[in-house]
Amino acid sequence: MSAYKIQEHEYDMIVVGAGGSGLRATFGLAAKGLKTVCITKVFPTRSHTVAAQGGISAALGNMGEDDWRYHYYDTIKGSDWLGDQDAIEYMCKEAPAAIIELEHYGLPFSRTEEGKIYQRPFGGMTTKYGEGPPAQRTCAAADRTGHAMLHTLYQQSLAHDAQFMIEYFALDLIWDAEGVCRGVLALDMAEGTLHLFRGHGVVLATGGYGRAFFSATSAHTCTGDGGGLVLRSGLALQDMEFVQFHPTGIYGAGCLITEGVRGEGGILRNSSGERFMERYAPHYKDLASRDVVSRSMTIEIREGRGVGEHHDHLLLDLTHLGPEVIHEKLPGIAESARIFANVDVTRQPIPVLPTVHYNMGGIPTNYHGEVVQRVGGNPDHVVPGLYAIGEAACVSVHGGNRLGSNSLLDLVVFGRAVANRCAETIKPGALHKQLPASACDKALANLDKLRNANGSSPTAEIRLNMQRTMQADAAVFRTAKTLTEGCQKMAKVFSSFEDVKVSDRSLVWNSDLIETYELQNLLYNAVATINSAEQRKESRGAHAREDFPERDDENWQKHTLVKVDESGKSSFDFRPVHMFTLTDEVAVVPPAKRVY
Amino acid sequence: MAEFALPKNSKIQQGKRFPAKPGAKNVREFRVYRWNPEDGANPRIDTYEVDLATCGPMVLDALIKIKNEIDPTLTFRRSCREGICGSCAMNIDGTNTLACTRAIEDCSKGDVPIYPLPHMAVVKDLVPDLTHFYAQYASIKPWLRTQSAAPAKEHLQSKQDRAKLDGLYECILCACCSTACPSYWWNGDRYLGPAILLQAYRWIVDSRDEDTGERLDALEDPFKLYRCHTIMNCTRTCPKGLNPAKAIAEIKKLMVERRS
Repeated sequence: MSAYKIQEHEYDMIVVGAGGSGLRATFGLAAKGLKTVCITKVFPTRSHTVAAQGGISAALGNMGEDDWRYHYYDTIKGSDWLGDQDAIEYMCKEAPAAIIELEHYGLPFSRTEEGKIYQRPFGGMTTKYGEGPPAQRTCAAADRTGHAMLHTLYQQSLAHDAQFMIEYFALDLIWDAEGVCRGVLALDMAEGTLHLFRGHGVVLATGGYGRAFFSATSAHTCTGDGGGLVLRSGLALQDMEFVQFHPTGIYGAGCLITEGVRGEGGILRNSSGERFMERYAPHYKDLASRDVVSRSMTIEIREGRGVGEHHDHLLLDLTHLGPEVIHEKLPGIAESARIFANVDVTRQPIPVLPTVHYNMGGIPTNYHGEVVQRVGGNPDHVVPGLYAIGEAACVSVHGGNRLGSNSLLDLVVFGRAVANRCAETIKPGALHKQLPASACDKALANLDKLRNANGSSPTAEIRLNMQRTMQADAAVFRTAKTLTEGCQKMAKVFSSFEDVKVSDRSLVWNSDLIETYELQNLLYNAVATINSAEQRKESRGAHAREDFPERDDENWQKHTLVKVDESGKSSFDFRPVHMFTLTDEVAVVPPAKRVY
Repeated sequence: MAEFALPKNSKIQQGKRFPAKPGAKNVREFRVYRWNPEDGANPRIDTYEVDLATCGPMVLDALIKIKNEIDPTLTFRRSCREGICGSCAMNIDGTNTLACTRAIEDCSKGDVPIYPLPHMAVVKDLVPDLTHFYAQYASIKPWLRTQSAAPAKEHLQSKQDRAKLDGLYECILCACCSTACPSYWWNGDRYLGPAILLQAYRWIVDSRDEDTGERLDALEDPFKLYRCHTIMNCTRTCPKGLNPAKAIAEIKKLMVERRS
């Protein structure tokens, strides 16, 4: 492997990914005096946080009574009691300060008449522990909140002394003999050169893996690279069966139409024009949580009440909101609907369909962002040197189903938390221990294999097989039959990667090679997802089994841990859900029936 | 009249043609700029025949189809595919725009020519080097700068003051406008260009920012600001419908006002 020249760099901390959580961690670490580098495969403002629309939740109470404890309750209920209650307490309590911090950085929030941050209703966000009216809790910058937030965080990064390695692709994690994560081997895409970044900690902030599915709101770059790195390192991911379908992806294109549309009063309608959500969620109707709305929509379509030539989608109607509200609050989706559905939203409804949107599962961590694994009897063993945040992580604050606008919050709260934790535990400028001579061998062998791969299946072909399998067999509703078949099909697709063909043999900006790496990561995530779904024999949150329609707290109120070996075989273990809180400011919320 | 010619190694040559599969129903030709720094060859135009019957509606759909099914070596940036990340900015059918929001049927009849953003160094194929553009963005210190102590809660900002940021904060830094600007082509090393000046104005006009004087001082320079000659290509080409030319004019007005 000496054929490859590697440039070495030493830092205190390495962040992989420059979306919302990666940026918040990067400048947070830099501000704490830790020499930090952020490795990112795209320029920071291209990260998928940019596409978030509706807003970021926090009980500021700017537009009516609110309390972070209501937010805490809603998040637990939204998670279908799979979320860790200590982490949820932490997030919801930290939320108001996190929003104020963003505002102080310059985020251009929309405003109320009094000049405060504007907040809109969102699905599953209620008051008085689910007994009161819907909460107005989601802080918004029109319907471009993710864009405004990501740009704000990048701007703050420029104000701090953090270094960015832009268009560098993380190939593999580097471990020492004691199982401590010591760095990252990365490829500089523009030069085609290899770089070993050594650090006292590696923070994975690589986002989700929506592109494992055929139709997703996710960007092309959402390829679960962090999950792939972790699985290839022999560690387990958590709760991978929980994949959120957003109720309103544009039919055909898959682009997101924010839940904020329903927050502002938009209504879902079926082929007879009926507001069908009244039947499924009598109290909160169109503002029930996403898993509930997506299932209801799927039932409507299955029972023949879909619209269009094939009766295979539904309509999101906002014509009654009026041009002023649309112009002020929802200008972005008006543009998207015009471009991608050829619809003037002031006069016509938008054709929509539940579309893969978010991965609740990911790299298991505690609320400090430290990666945890079950080791023997200890379900909370901290993996030294490895951290994960954002959608790549599973803290777990979202459990079985994430509430809309809790994701942007998750990014900044845990991005900050990991920086604070590392400031406590890592000494700036500490010496780097010698790495074993073989530390990069596995990573280089993989590179060599993929760079020269000359099989018979092009990357795009294998990717399409994976996407079609996942779309068909790990859908909104699942059964033993579809899942078993899906597992078998995915096993075949996984092994077909041995026969992958990379056509581009160049070094500079070899996107064929990068896409092949991304496919490898996606395949690991996809296999973990469908096998986790097969083994969970209950319905909870976004995981809806038709053969096990009820939630089974006795046997299944626990986190799935899944490992995938090099042959694509999955193995399982479990961690208990944290049914305890950090302080006595809130009480544990015991499982209850989930009705909206 | 003086005649100018490109250096020998920059002359664009006719490249390969990739014919559509037999049975293709609705073929459109895409003529795409190709250049690989590693092969020592001149840039070339490859021609791809794409069957639109099995292709999505946008130019990006065609490029992805080419990469997936015809030629995996074709290199371009892309990410969100919905016009918000700014990755896939390129020159399509003679206009700088986003491949993901540019409908194929809106391109003028005949073949569709696709080039990288003009007048930037090319890394490979449709991937331009944006390093200098990003450095210029950093140079305006694009973050909220205040002297007074931060309030305990949010800064209050009236709806009217917030509305002044509309049309500015939505910029996605795709660089379509700057690379459409002849002044930026000539003086891009020192002229900040429309995208960055739009962002400069976004902070100048933010009611919460307290560093307006400093921001204007930093632009009081023969090149950074005043190379704008109101050519308006920026506004014409912006794929998000923003108006950088107006923002630049507003900065110039503020400069005049504070001198008088």
